[in-house]
Amino acid sequence: MQLFPCPFCGPRSESEFHFGGDFGNLRPEGSDVSASEWSAYLHLRANPKGSSSEVWMHMTCGELFRMDRNTVDNTVNSSAELEDTHR
Amino acid sequence: MTSFRIGRQGEPAPAKTIRFSFDGKDVTGLEGDTIASALLANDIAIVGRSFKYHRPRGVWGAGVEEPNAIVDIDMPSAVRNARATTTPALDGMVVRSVNAHPTAATDRHAFLDRFARFIPSAFYYKTFMWPDWHWFEPNIRKMAGLGILDPTAISVERADQVNEECDLLVIGGGPAGLFAARTASEKGKKVIICDDGFHFGGSLLHRQANIDGGDGPAWIAATLNVLRDRGVQLLARTTAFGLYDHGLVALNEIRPGKASSRLWRVRPTNVLLATGAIERPLPFANNDLPGVMSAEAGLSYLRRHGIAVGRRVVLATNNGVGVETSRELADAGIEVTLVDYRSGRRLMVAEGSKRVAGVKLSDGTRVAADAVLVSGGFTPTLHLFGQAKGKLRWDDDLLTFVAGDPVPRLSAGGAAAGSFGLTGVFESTARALASFGLTPRAMPKIVGRDTDYGIVAAWPEPNMSGRVWIDLQHDVTTKDIELAARENFVSVEHLKRYTTLGMATDQGKTSNLNGLALMAQLTEKAIPEVGTTTYRPPFTPVPFTSLAGVTSGSLMNPPRRLVLENEHFAAGANLREYGGWLRPAWYGAEPEATAINREVRQARDSVALFDASPLGKIEVLGPQAAEFMDFVYYNTMSTLKAGRCRYGFMLSESGIVYDDGVLVRLEENRFIVSCSSSHVPGVYALLEEWRQDRFDRKRLFIHNTTADTATLTVSGPKSRALLEAVGLGIDLGDKNLPHMATAWGSFGDDTVRISRVSFTGDRSYEISIRADRAKHLWKTLRRRGEAFNATLLGLEALMVLRAEKGFIVIGKDSDGMTRPMDLGASAPLAKKTAEFIGKRSLFTEEAQRPDRNQLVGLEVVDGTQPFAIGSHGVESTPAGKRSLGYVTSSYFSATLNRPIALGLIERGAARHGEEIDVQHLGQIRRARLVPPCVFDPSGDRLNG
Repeated sequence: MQLFPCPFCGPRSESEFHFGGDFGNLRPEGSDVSASEWSAYLHLRANPKGSSSEVWMHMTCGELFRMDRNTVDNTVNSSAELEDTHR
Repeated sequence: MTSFRIGRQGEPAPAKTIRFSFDGKDVTGLEGDTIASALLANDIAIVGRSFKYHRPRGVWGAGVEEPNAIVDIDMPSAVRNARATTTPALDGMVVRSVNAHPTAATDRHAFLDRFARFIPSAFYYKTFMWPDWHWFEPNIRKMAGLGILDPTAISVERADQVNEECDLLVIGGGPAGLFAARTASEKGKKVIICDDGFHFGGSLLHRQANIDGGDGPAWIAATLNVLRDRGVQLLARTTAFGLYDHGLVALNEIRPGKASSRLWRVRPTNVLLATGAIERPLPFANNDLPGVMSAEAGLSYLRRHGIAVGRRVVLATNNGVGVETSRELADAGIEVTLVDYRSGRRLMVAEGSKRVAGVKLSDGTRVAADAVLVSGGFTPTLHLFGQAKGKLRWDDDLLTFVAGDPVPRLSAGGAAAGSFGLTGVFESTARALASFGLTPRAMPKIVGRDTDYGIVAAWPEPNMSGRVWIDLQHDVTTKDIELAARENFVSVEHLKRYTTLGMATDQGKTSNLNGLALMAQLTEKAIPEVGTTTYRPPFTPVPFTSLAGVTSGSLMNPPRRLVLENEHFAAGANLREYGGWLRPAWYGAEPEATAINREVRQARDSVALFDASPLGKIEVLGPQAAEFMDFVYYNTMSTLKAGRCRYGFMLSESGIVYDDGVLVRLEENRFIVSCSSSHVPGVYALLEEWRQDRFDRKRLFIHNTTADTATLTVSGPKSRALLEAVGLGIDLGDKNLPHMATAWGSFGDDTVRISRVSFTGDRSYEISIRADRAKHLWKTLRRRGEAFNATLLGLEALMVLRAEKGFIVIGKDSDGMTRPMDLGASAPLAKKTAEFIGKRSLFTEEAQRPDRNQLVGLEVVDGTQPFAIGSHGVESTPAGKRSLGYVTSSYFSATLNRPIALGLIERGAARHGEEIDVQHLGQIRRARLVPPCVFDPSGDRLNG
């Protein structure tokens, strides 16, 4: 059972969290979004080996946040409230 | 083996006698016995039959490493595959051997052993390939295996689960562990120490020692007193079975007198492994005969239970600790013949048929013996270190793997660190503690020097004569490993799976290293080059009840309960679970179908009362609310006027319909999302995610009021008249409150919200009221309703009413491919300019495909029986039959007095009037495709 640091609630067990996707996977918008752009947004995941930036939701407080962690050894490097520029 | 109880020296008072049965035979033991020690004391040599060949097997060890003495316990509570060596014997217990028919002593499958040379590893898979393995599997499974599950056995006792944290978790309560706990506690650290035995002390419980001026038991008692005084948590009978992510250690505590264990989830800052070491068998022919056992175990039974495992004992060893064991046994008056491999003499064959009778040595001499104790060296117990991804290092002096590069916050001390003498145990523990910054105030004072371990190699070798057993629990011999090598299964992971070496419930605690050593020789490699298999939790089997804790049965996923549940029960409701809620399915004692038809007819003829409380009521507030609703709905919602409602779809980003429901605009900046009852948590999370992702969190708020508010629906031609009789404080006329409008009214002192929304197709009013005040309203509706021939409406009848109208249930009449256009909602896609969830996905080639499955009604052409839900529409093609989609909803309609159905059928919307074949379980029927709505298509009844 991993411990994730919710920036609002502190360390909580992983079962309280829901994965929200890769950090920086921005939604392409407008009338001219190509099928491949849209498909990349929907389906292509970074799935990195090593450090990974992700968006998670802490289900018990309902807040989304950014978490940087290592997918090899599961260490969590940091977590932070989403900034307005990232929304 | 001719074992017997000789009593322990200096025993204060005779222990209480206990009686239990083993394979139907009476066994007498003493309080404090394990099942294994009691069997030994009663001279029961054969305690089980081997997994594959049904060879007679006796007790091998005295702890968790036991491969043979696995038993099923029927009384006092059912336990399967219990280790007899670690399970306390209780008065009145009923114990059976496993894989033996009828008993271990007289097993009718024993003949299998005579065919052993024909059934080596992988024999079954190679032989029973043709015509089909599954023909043979049931009988083979019956003949092989361990305990037999009783499917009717249910654990009534739920296991406790405890979360705990500490500065230092000490795993193992022998000299190393006790010393470590004492050291940490003297620094004021919060310490937990656990041991899988019933008593703390480890090897000090059976080996002689002189520490700090006293013997082993005196030192144990003194140390435990100190630990108790300092508030150290002492957990006996507790196995640390797994080390998980982020430093979580899982422990399972067996509780005396309890049917279930207790699970501990401990998050320690540091972990000290004082887990000791496990003695290895020696390879010689027939080394599995009952009476051949671990030398350490033999000494343990002598000192801890007062049992001599034989009168004439041969002790074979390749190391100094084994020699010391023989000396201790001899001191107790047992006749011991020592076979010391270091002087060149080796044990070649164990003789005897059902139990050992003697041995033959390498110099040709024969020695008669009723017990053969063996010590093939010690393997440090480093499973948790391995689970922590620690790398093991081969030690050429100790001839075993030891902990390699350190793992943060985890250190090993004592025998687990490869120290097999007391002085070494304390020194290595002090070193391990130093890595946590802990220094003992004083080292324990030992009298005497550590025995020289001085181990010499005695690995199994290729071409040994006779049957030399490596894995006792899974019946793997040297020949099986040679076969694996010949067939090129040389990697350890392949070797393991091909021969099943180390795959049994004991996970090869006694066998793995011997197997690897033989493979190393066969492949001409060094043992460390062969490597070990991956260590995974659990270290020993853990009951599922422990892992489940309280989350089993009705607490696994507790259903949500209606605030009016007692009212429904009083009205004779039959409750079923719908989308996580326990709701009335129908009312009354009549047969189900009769009750449903009656409720449908009354609902159409007069008025129906329905508890719609689980319906979603998620409020969306703030200046950005309208823009937000446009984004989350497929339909345009910002044009909705205050006080009005609109039906719409919510999609996923893939354009698939996720939910449908009515959106209420209460005020300019206040909406209520009335989503499906079963989708409330999902829709709430979806709304919250998009709110935070792309809206101003200070100008948009989401508040889920579903549980605070009860919703009672009054539907039917007489609904308005009933509500006027009840009195809701507002004009219910169609001008003031038309269909799809919402208004505030009152009931008594309470404000209620009344919405003209219909899921039945009839005039309907949804009245939302504070949940705690709903009871009075419900009772009033029922009392007043009598004059209007009102019926209580269950979920099943509501499903019929909505299907008559072609109203869909998302997830039932839609699937993971359904886009809104497939349900007939194409207008927003053509007209809506604002961005919304899933928009781009609706323009993909796939979404625009003309031959998509579309919502359609299916009329039964051939008779009066409804179609089975899930029947496929089929069409014959030159290539064979092809599915055209399937039936999603199907009912008998009491209103129309005929069956009705909805389905998702290829190009269905454009094919009204056509007939198709419908297939279910091989039976073909005929259906006519019709519009989904088959009752009151003009919608007159909404205002009727």
